[in-house]
Amino acid sequence: MKHQDDQTGIRIGMWLFLYTEIILFGGLFVLYAVYFHDYPKEFAEGGKELNRIIGSLNTCILLISSFTVAASITAIRQECKRLSLALLAISFGCGLLFLINKYFEWGHKFAHGIYPNAPELINGPPGRNIFFGLYYVITGLHGLHVIIGMTLLAISFVLIWQNSVTGQRYAFLENSGLYWHLVDLIWIFVFPLFYLVL
Amino acid sequence: MANPPSFYETPAPPGLKGIKAWLLTHDHKRLGLMYLWAILFWFVIALCVGFLLRIELATMGPTIMSARVYNSAFTLHGVIMIFLFIIPAIPAIFGNFFLPIQLGTDDVFFPRLNLLSWYLYMLGGMLAIVSLFSSGGFPDTGWTFYVPFSVGTKHNVPMTVFAAFILGMSSMLTGLNFITTVHRKRDPKMGWMQIPLFTWSLYATAWVQLLATPVISITLLLVIVERVFQVGLFDPAKGGDPILYQHLFWMYSHPAVYVMILPGMGVISEVIPTFSRKAIFGYKAIVVSSMGIAIAGSLVWAHHMYTSGMSDTAVFVFSLLTFLVAIPTAVKVFSWVSTLYKASIEMTPPLLLSLVFIYLFSVGGLTGLVLGAAGPDIHVHDTHFVVAHFHFTMFGGTGFAFFAALHYWWPKMFGILYNFRVAYIATTLTTVGFMFHYVPMFILGLQGMPRRYYDYLPQYAQGNMLAAVGGVLLFFGVMLMLANLMLSFRQRKTASANPWGGCTLEWTVPSPPPLHNFVTEPVIKDYPYDFSDVIAQIETEAKVEQGKPD
Amino acid sequence: MKENEQHILSYKTLALVLAALLVLTGLTIGVSYVHMGILNVPIALAIASTKVSFVLLYFMHLKFEGRAIKISFLCTICFLAIMISFTFWDVAYR
Repeated sequence: MKHQDDQTGIRIGMWLFLYTEIILFGGLFVLYAVYFHDYPKEFAEGGKELNRIIGSLNTCILLISSFTVAASITAIRQECKRLSLALLAISFGCGLLFLINKYFEWGHKFAHGIYPNAPELINGPPGRNIFFGLYYVITGLHGLHVIIGMTLLAISFVLIWQNSVTGQRYAFLENSGLYWHLVDLIWIFVFPLFYLVL
Repeated sequence: MANPPSFYETPAPPGLKGIKAWLLTHDHKRLGLMYLWAILFWFVIALCVGFLLRIELATMGPTIMSARVYNSAFTLHGVIMIFLFIIPAIPAIFGNFFLPIQLGTDDVFFPRLNLLSWYLYMLGGMLAIVSLFSSGGFPDTGWTFYVPFSVGTKHNVPMTVFAAFILGMSSMLTGLNFITTVHRKRDPKMGWMQIPLFTWSLYATAWVQLLATPVISITLLLVIVERVFQVGLFDPAKGGDPILYQHLFWMYSHPAVYVMILPGMGVISEVIPTFSRKAIFGYKAIVVSSMGIAIAGSLVWAHHMYTSGMSDTAVFVFSLLTFLVAIPTAVKVFSWVSTLYKASIEMTPPLLLSLVFIYLFSVGGLTGLVLGAAGPDIHVHDTHFVVAHFHFTMFGGTGFAFFAALHYWWPKMFGILYNFRVAYIATTLTTVGFMFHYVPMFILGLQGMPRRYYDYLPQYAQGNMLAAVGGVLLFFGVMLMLANLMLSFRQRKTASANPWGGCTLEWTVPSPPPLHNFVTEPVIKDYPYDFSDVIAQIETEAKVEQGKPD
Repeated sequence: MKENEQHILSYKTLALVLAALLVLTGLTIGVSYVHMGILNVPIALAIASTKVSFVLLYFMHLKFEGRAIKISFLCTICFLAIMISFTFWDVAYR
């Protein structure tokens, strides 16, 4: 059996890679859990300072983009190339929108003197500094993953365009999709942990 | 029967010539050899650094280097030995070369990813070299990079940490490749209980590599983030908790010691039955214990932190859990010894090295119990006792397993045999040197000499002198061993396909193997350690010998 | 290879999953305004876990994968759970 045809094997490889990503974020969630245990009050107050509307909006954007990526795989497998391309473009656009929102959200916070090692944070209560420190580290790493995911989606787009990815050979698109869903998974936890703590 | 051309003569992908045939290869065997040379290079460098450290400690006060250089030197020794030698050594060299052959297939599942892992390894090594000479100099933190010192020191921590991050990725991708290969590229006729034990141990290792390495990746990234942005996640003044760094660090680094030792145990599980001409005792028990070590090893990380200010409950729980690891480890040791019992043993250099392994590793394991028990650990924590303990397990264990693997598979990889006499002498010299080198450290540690100290009190002078003498013997023993292997290229004593009478699949193919490993379809035995064919062949040969006309 | 013939998810299923996810998002935001003391965090995490399960099972078609992926995924989650919970042997008893 030529292994290029072994789609299951390729998927296993991709899932194994996703596990490493889950554990990578897992390390940060360990920090979150411990510091939340140490500073419950400051975390709740910090959560209120974050913009809930942008957070909710971004959650919906990522969920929709996940749906369009999954639908684009269904489309390519039914040989609807144009639909698949369109759905991918929407997903990419959603990713972009997410980053733009994030940019404004971070920018707004920076303008209020809340950024890593800012005097306002360092001289304030320690729990607040930790909350925003974790917020920047986790959403920053997540944002990096959004960018990587968007790159993968863009490459998939080109490959479909060139007919390198088709209804018979779609492993690349499928794996990019899996990666994109992972980015979504992380955000599903990040959202309540940072924006909705009470 | 004329042998097909070996993999040395057939580049993969075809058409590549000269150096390109190596640097762009997808062939797992060529990659294994490329790892071999790179890893040996690092091993010799770190060995020399370790040797110099011991010379420095031979007498009180400054001997050959300043205290500042000493701090960087022991960090360098640790970082290279851990990240560039022990973790990749056996999986990357022998795993790459033999895992696909033992599974009866022609390559790993993702050959190009395999090449990428090699480049990541080389990149990590390069960065380590560059950080030696860049501003600030090599870190003086020890290989553990503990905060807050690693965040505060002026030495060039970020680059070294980044090198370790890259090396972690390389190790992770190798693990990913091995797991997928075992699942999807195994010969269809080979069931799970027909997989050779070396491959089983690599499979268990690969899971640890895959699931534990990301933790160190994020931890090291956080060190860089802390240095650049000073968020304060581990800084008590800013609300952080430095002990959490240690939790994260050991969450990886404790499982990592099983990444180091499990493949070594796999090697021993191959060597012992081969030279006992006898099925290994407790095949299934060894398989289960490999997986058991991988699982139990993930539950015990905080036993490195008894004195760091952790809660007493945690000390109690982790101390208790630590003893769990002793069970699967002991299962293995008993199985090896039982295999040797009433066997028709043939002495060879790899077997001698394996026997030394069993002895040294048992000492290492038993002294580990002293450290795992919270009470005595308070006394010997961060003393030379710890240094001796982990060198007994890592060097006496993995190091000797690595030497055994070199001697065992050398004829298969290169098609040539080495000089046995010199190999025996070198092994003996190394072992004796090893004992003189590390046993005094146990005693020094119990007497209270701390580790990582540049100088010591007069009462420790005798022990340190003794250790230095042992260090010299050890150093020259290892050098002699490696020189003997190198000289085999000049003598070119051709090895047959199965010089040892082994019965796993790699011994059924020519030495060195052809590009696609198997000339004919591999025959999968019901039981991987069934020596009846080998014994029958030896008996026929003996009869032919006897029947010779005089 | 029979096992390579993968299940194709219909647009309808995918849309239903998306609808469920959006509803759950609304729910988790709504619940966050209700004070339930100690229960708030577990409820928020339970809803997040439900959402994640939907994404995993349908979008990432974990539901249709073989045993190897399913079991290894659960192992990963177990390891993550151990990482977090065992740290609390220390943190919670200091």
